[in-house]
Amino acid sequence: MKSALRLIFALMIGLALVACKSAPEAQPEATPQPETTKPVVDTKAAPDARDYTDARNFDNPESLLSKRVIYFDFDKSTVRPEFRGIVAAHSAYLAAHGSARVTLEGHADERGTREYNLGLGERRGNAVSGLMSAQGGRGNQLTTVSYGEERPTCRVSDEDCWSMNRRVEIVYTSR
Amino acid sequence: MTDNVKKLICLVQFMILAVLATPAVEAQLEIEIISGNPSALPIAIVPFEWRDPSPPPITGVDEIVSGDLYRSGLFDPMDVEDMAERPVDQEAIRFGTWRLLKVDYIVIGKVRQPDSGEGHELIYQLFDVHTQEQLLSRITTVGPGDLRFGAHRVADAIYEALTGVPGAFSTRIAYVTATGIGSGSRYELVVADADGYAPQSIVGSPEPLLSPAWSPDGRKLAYVSFEQGNSAIYMQDVATGSRELISSGTGINGAPAFSPDGTKMALTLSRTGNPEIHVRDMATGRTEQITQHWSIDTEPAWSPDGQYLYFTSDRGGRPQIYRVPSGGGNPERVTLEGDYNARASIAPDGRKIAVAQGRGNEYRIAVWDIETERFTVLTPGKLDESPSFAPNGSMILYATREGDRGVLSAVSADGNVRQRLILSEGDVREPAWSPVIR
Repeated sequence: MKSALRLIFALMIGLALVACKSAPEAQPEATPQPETTKPVVDTKAAPDARDYTDARNFDNPESLLSKRVIYFDFDKSTVRPEFRGIVAAHSAYLAAHGSARVTLEGHADERGTREYNLGLGERRGNAVSGLMSAQGGRGNQLTTVSYGEERPTCRVSDEDCWSMNRRVEIVYTSR
Repeated sequence: MTDNVKKLICLVQFMILAVLATPAVEAQLEIEIISGNPSALPIAIVPFEWRDPSPPPITGVDEIVSGDLYRSGLFDPMDVEDMAERPVDQEAIRFGTWRLLKVDYIVIGKVRQPDSGEGHELIYQLFDVHTQEQLLSRITTVGPGDLRFGAHRVADAIYEALTGVPGAFSTRIAYVTATGIGSGSRYELVVADADGYAPQSIVGSPEPLLSPAWSPDGRKLAYVSFEQGNSAIYMQDVATGSRELISSGTGINGAPAFSPDGTKMALTLSRTGNPEIHVRDMATGRTEQITQHWSIDTEPAWSPDGQYLYFTSDRGGRPQIYRVPSGGGNPERVTLEGDYNARASIAPDGRKIAVAQGRGNEYRIAVWDIETERFTVLTPGKLDESPSFAPNGSMILYATREGDRGVLSAVSADGNVRQRLILSEGDVREPAWSPVIR
């Protein structure tokens, strides 16, 4: 079962790669403005994955901008070091795009009471929001909503599932 | 005219609700005792004679009464098949026979139409088999369609006569059901009789619903709904379905709890940046902030005299129960043992507090005795939460898990009897036991 899933997954990635590869080859026709030299050519090339002001990186799996979920330890709201880069990337994007807006959706795992977990989810959302505003995001760009334990991504009572549910999702309402 | 028109409007609204609600709640709660009480009192509820011109119900009054008493864990009702005789009148009872059958108490009765021609009269008597003493003789009158309610009232009276504590069988329960995951999720807030019968969805939503709380008259439910994208508190009339938005400010709007006199509502708001307990005056709509701390303060519960608010706070590092005067003041810590104590439900006598108690990955229902300052753990876990005391304090309804699905269970306040209430589909959670409905 698992290997079948893996195979399907691999096939999907393969298809995605083929699709991505063929796209640039089909592009030359769509660049009929050679006068304006560099910038236009750049927009058709693959974006620099570390340019977090480039919206195309939202769909570039190489870029931290494509990662929009931060995971947390049990009953904790500290952003772990391995997720700081993701937060910094989105902060940079917000700083560069004043009209961009994000909602930070805070979630908790099923352990503990529902209303306390609403508080915990909000605390996690606020932790990410706090980091973002310290890194260039403006207050009017950031909204926190807590769903507590009400919107799990999985419903199995084990640590694997719980760790997936303790999260903040960075949702762009405007890019 | 107005009364009849009102009745008609109610009926139509009810029918609309019923039609909307039926598909999701066709599945009835199924109740089974998972651990019984060896010292339950043997009692015989003899089938009630049906003298009513309307056709007799499929489930007899005696069956409903027996079921109620059995589920309390304090009684061991005799099977009808084992009854050698089925007396209807006092003169027909041969106490010697019942003594031989090892029954301590016997109930006889009949159902007839009242002189008004509407509804039913339940006429019944309770005897001590050993002393042949009549302990109870009563007539309970109910409206048409309320025969089950009448039977629950009979069970309430028998329970009170034999235990000294008013019964809570004629009450109702509210709970939330959840099916599906992600965009296919469906949530329903359901109200049912305390024995799980007649479940009726009073609101349905693709977004989460939680924290139902009864008004002290049992007519309204406050609850939290995410239907607008963020948490918001609504108050809904159970019978008519009409509802009112109570709070939908920035941040959390959660954990509604009516004061015992119904004039106020405690709630959790995080508009100041983190969750704080507030009290809203229901007449004026004015809201006063009661707690002020950077920690999570939530899940307020009123003391029965309305003087205090118990609440969950992690101001000491981990969640514990605190209490604060309901008009504001200095919070003091209440629970002194354990890593995680949350979501207090206060016993009607105000002496005990049921909580969800966490230890590692195990969550159990525990009761804190305010005088002795000690916990008694009542349930085996592993993920038990949302305790809700019955209005007579005899049982605690709570949410637990079976495999990966949520079910409701009830445990007697002494922990001796446990029963499970299962809905055949989806998750059942967030139980709230209604007050006594008069």
